[in-house]
Amino acid sequence: MTNKPGIGGLKFNESEVWDRSKKGRCAISLPKSDVKESRLDNSLIGDVPDLPQLSELDVVRHYTHLSQWNFGIDSGMYPLGSCTMKYNPKTNEIQANRQGFAAAHPFCGDQFSQGALKLMHTLETFLAHITGFDAVTVQPAAGAHGELTGMLMIHKYHEKNGRQRSKIIIPDTAHGTNPASASLCGYDSVKVSSGPNGILEPDAIAAVMDEDTAGIMITNPNTLGLFENNIKKITDIVHAKGGLVYGDGANMNAIMGVVKPGEIGIDVLHLNLHKTFSTPHGGGGPGAGPVAVNKILEPFLPVPRIVKETTKDKETYKFITHSPDTIGRMHTFYGHFGVLVRAYSYILSLGGKGLCDVSKLAVLNANYIKEKLKGTLNLPYDLPCMHECVFNDRIQKEFGITTMDMAKRLLDYGFHPPTIYFPLVVDGAFMVEPTETESKESIDQFIDAVESIAKEAKTNPEILKSAPHITKVTRLDEVTAARKPCLKG
Amino acid sequence: MRYLPHTKEDIESMLQITGHKTLENLFDSIPQNLKTNTGINIPDSLSEWDLNSHMIELASKNIPNKNYKYFIGAGSYDHYIPSIIPYLISRSEFMTAYTPYQPEIGQGTLQGIYEFQTMVAQLLGMDIATASHYDGGTALAEAALISLRTHKTANTVAVSNLVHPSHRQIIQTYLRPTQFKMVQIPSTKDGKTDLKALKSMDDLAGICVQSPNFFGNIEDFKQVRQICTDKNALMIASFTEALSYGLLKNPGGFGADIVAGEGQSLGISKSFGGPGLGLLTGTQKQMRNLPGRLVGKTKDINGKRGYVLTLATREQHIRREKATSNICSNNGLCAMTAGIYLATTGKIGIRKIAQLNHDKAIYLQNSLKEVGFIPAFNTPFFNEFVMKVPKGFKTKRNALAKKQSIFAGIDLEPFYPELKNHYLFCATETISKEDIDHLAKEVTS
Repeated sequence: MTNKPGIGGLKFNESEVWDRSKKGRCAISLPKSDVKESRLDNSLIGDVPDLPQLSELDVVRHYTHLSQWNFGIDSGMYPLGSCTMKYNPKTNEIQANRQGFAAAHPFCGDQFSQGALKLMHTLETFLAHITGFDAVTVQPAAGAHGELTGMLMIHKYHEKNGRQRSKIIIPDTAHGTNPASASLCGYDSVKVSSGPNGILEPDAIAAVMDEDTAGIMITNPNTLGLFENNIKKITDIVHAKGGLVYGDGANMNAIMGVVKPGEIGIDVLHLNLHKTFSTPHGGGGPGAGPVAVNKILEPFLPVPRIVKETTKDKETYKFITHSPDTIGRMHTFYGHFGVLVRAYSYILSLGGKGLCDVSKLAVLNANYIKEKLKGTLNLPYDLPCMHECVFNDRIQKEFGITTMDMAKRLLDYGFHPPTIYFPLVVDGAFMVEPTETESKESIDQFIDAVESIAKEAKTNPEILKSAPHITKVTRLDEVTAARKPCLKG
Repeated sequence: MRYLPHTKEDIESMLQITGHKTLENLFDSIPQNLKTNTGINIPDSLSEWDLNSHMIELASKNIPNKNYKYFIGAGSYDHYIPSIIPYLISRSEFMTAYTPYQPEIGQGTLQGIYEFQTMVAQLLGMDIATASHYDGGTALAEAALISLRTHKTANTVAVSNLVHPSHRQIIQTYLRPTQFKMVQIPSTKDGKTDLKALKSMDDLAGICVQSPNFFGNIEDFKQVRQICTDKNALMIASFTEALSYGLLKNPGGFGADIVAGEGQSLGISKSFGGPGLGLLTGTQKQMRNLPGRLVGKTKDINGKRGYVLTLATREQHIRREKATSNICSNNGLCAMTAGIYLATTGKIGIRKIAQLNHDKAIYLQNSLKEVGFIPAFNTPFFNEFVMKVPKGFKTKRNALAKKQSIFAGIDLEPFYPELKNHYLFCATETISKEDIDHLAKEVTS
C-alpha cells in the first residue's frame, strides 16, 4: 500500500503544564477593580492554590501541542464499532455558541427562556417521531445516565403495581453499562446467550422470564451488528409475564426510517445524541442520553418536564416540576442543553428524508466492508449486517498475531482502529463501524490498509507486534499504571 | 446533503459488491412486520443559511438584550471566559476524539486530563480527583453512594438542607430503589447548617455539607469534621461555586474524605445549565471507591513519559454488574476547558478573581441595603447572599428582566416556602460598580 493517510510529521515535545511555570506570570486579563476591597475574616481565608504561572502564549502553545498528539474524526477515519464516530458538523458549534443559548442562565424563569424551552420541546417531538414513542425526556446527561433513568422508571412502575421484582434479563452481547445500571436499581442480572446466528432466541428468553423478573434490556441492532429478528416474540414473552422491555438505542443509526422501536414492543429506549445525532464526543463527553417511552411509562419520566400551551394567538412553553409518579430529578438543571442544540441543528439540517438516507448509507458502508474484508479476516457471523460488522483474529493467530497487534499497526497507517475485544461473545473481536459520512474512497483506503496488515502478519509479524512505530508514544505500561497509580503531578 | 459523500455511482458499485439491488434491499433480513410504514414526520432539510436564521430567532427569545446582566447564581455563575479558552477547546483534535482507549493517539486528551486532575486536587486540597462527572449534583449523588456502599453498618446519609435543592433531589432519585435513605439536616437562623441537630441522628454513613451553601454562606467545616469523626461517618463536602476556593480555605484542608461539586465556574459557559462539570475528589484511602474515569502517568516500552486510563477494574466495562457505578464517560471536553482555565488564571489570577467576586458582592449588598433591602443573615458569604426585599420588588424585577435583560435575584420561596419575599443575589467579576448603581436606582424608582 503506497498511499497511507498517516505519515510521520512534526511532533513537538511538551512538558507537563506546571513545568512551564515562572513566578510572576499570569495569562488572564484581570477585570478592573472598581469597588473597595473587602477582606473576609482571616480565619476563613486559605492558602492560594499552587496553580501554574504562565503567559498567554505559554498556555496556547501547551494546549496546541497536546492537541497535536490526539486523533479525532477530523483527522481521519474512526471506525470504532458501537461508537458511531460520524462527522461532527461545524455549523452545530456555531449554533450552540450563539449568545442566546450559551449565555442563557438556567434560573431566568420560563418567561425569559422561551427559545430554549421551545428548542427542547421540539427536539423531544422529533425524537419521538424517529423512535415511534409517545413521550421523550432530554434530561439524561449521557447514554449510561439514560439507561439509569429508564431502569429507575421500570423499577418505579413495578413498585406502583404493588410488587417489586428482583431480576432483569441481559443478553451476553450487551454493553457493560446495562448490568451496571440494573445493579444501581437493585436488580440481579440474568445472563442469556445469543443463539448460533448471533441473535436471541425466544425459547431462551421464555426459559428465564418469570414473574419475579422486571424485564429485559435489549440492544437492537445488537452489538454484533445484527438485527434481532425475534424481537416481537421476545417482547410478547416478557409482557405476558408482566415485565417491561428496555431498549438500548446506542445503535439507532442503523434503522432510522426503517424500524421504530416504539412500534415493535419496546417500552423504553435511550438514545445517544453523540452517536446517531452527530454531537462531538469531546474525548469522552459531554454527550446526552434522551429517553423515549410509551404511554404506560410516561407518568414516571423525570422532572422537570416541558409542556406546550397553545392559546388563540400564541404558543408558550413551561416547565412542570411536580408530577405524582415521577422518578424525580436526574440532573441539576435540565440536562446537557448545549449538546441538545447541536443535535437539534443536525436534525433540521438533515430533515426527515435525510435521516432515512443516513441509515441506508451507514448500513451500505458496513456491508461493503464486510464483503470486502471477509477472507482477509475471519467473520464469525456471516449474515447481512446493519451498521457495523464484527471480525476476529482467528486467521492471523496462526502467525502469532492478535487483534491488538493489528489495531496498533493500523495507527501507523493513519487510521483509528476499530473497537477491539468487544462484544465479549466473539473471541478477539475486531468491530468495524464506518458510519455514513465516510466516502467510498476512504473506506477503500481502510480496506487496503487492513489487507496490507494481514499480509505483513504473514511476512513480517514482528512489525505488527512492535507497532505502533510512528505515534508520539508507543505501547504503554498499563500494568504499572494500575499497580502503582500516579494520578497527579 | 453535504454530510453524505456517496454519489449515485458509488452507491451502485457498492451495492454490486454487497449483492443488493437497491438500498432498501439492505434491510431485507428484517421481517416485514417489524418495519415501519409511518416515515419520519420531520420537515425537509434546511440549508445552512436557513438554519442560521431559525436559530438566531430562537436564541433571541432567550436573551433579547446582548447587554444582559446577571445578579443571579444558585449553581450557575456568570464569569469571564478568556478568548483563548473557546479558541483552544475548539481544536477538533480535542473535540472530535472519542474516549482515549488507544492511548498512543490520545495523549493530548490524556495529559490534559491528568493535568486537570492535578489542578483540581490542588484547588480543593484533596489527594485524588477523578476525570470528572456529569455535573455537581450527579457527582454528589455518587459521593453519597460511596459512603453508603463502604460503611459496614450504616444505611443513612445526612444531607444539609442548604445543599443545592436540585442536588438533594438527585440524591433522592438515586437512593430510592436502594435500601439506603437520606435525611436532611435543618438550618439555623444564621443561614448555616444546624450541626447540633446531628447529635440526635445515628446510622450515618456520610454527612454532607455544602460551603458556600445554597444561601452563599460559609459553613464551619472544622466542626463538621469533628462530628463526622465522632459519628464514624464520611465527611462529604460539596460546593457549587468552584472559584470560591481561590480565596477560602479548601475542604481538603479540613480533612474532608470526599469533595464533590460543580466546576462550571472554571471557564464553562452557562448554556442553560448544561453541560457543566461534575468534580469528584477523594483522599488516597478512597481511591478504589471512586467511580468514574481516572488518568494515570506511566511509561511506554521505550521509557517515554505517557498517560493512560487506569484502575479500570472499578468500571462497568470490566466489572459489569459489580462496578462502582454505571458511569462510562466523563464530561471530558468540559474537564479540558476547566484545565485550560486553571492554567490561564494561574496562582495569581485565581486569588484576584475570587477576591473581586467577594468585593462586588459586598458592594451589591451594601447598595441594596441603602435602598431598603434587609440582609437575611449576618454570616460571612463569598459571592452570593440572601436579602429580604421591599414590597413591589417582584414587579420591578420582572420589568427589569423584560426591558433590559437584567436579572435581579432568585425568589427563594419555591425552594424554602418559609422564605417569602427573600431573594438570592449574586455578583461576580463581570458586574461593574456602574451596573450595581444602576440596579439600585432601578429597584427604588
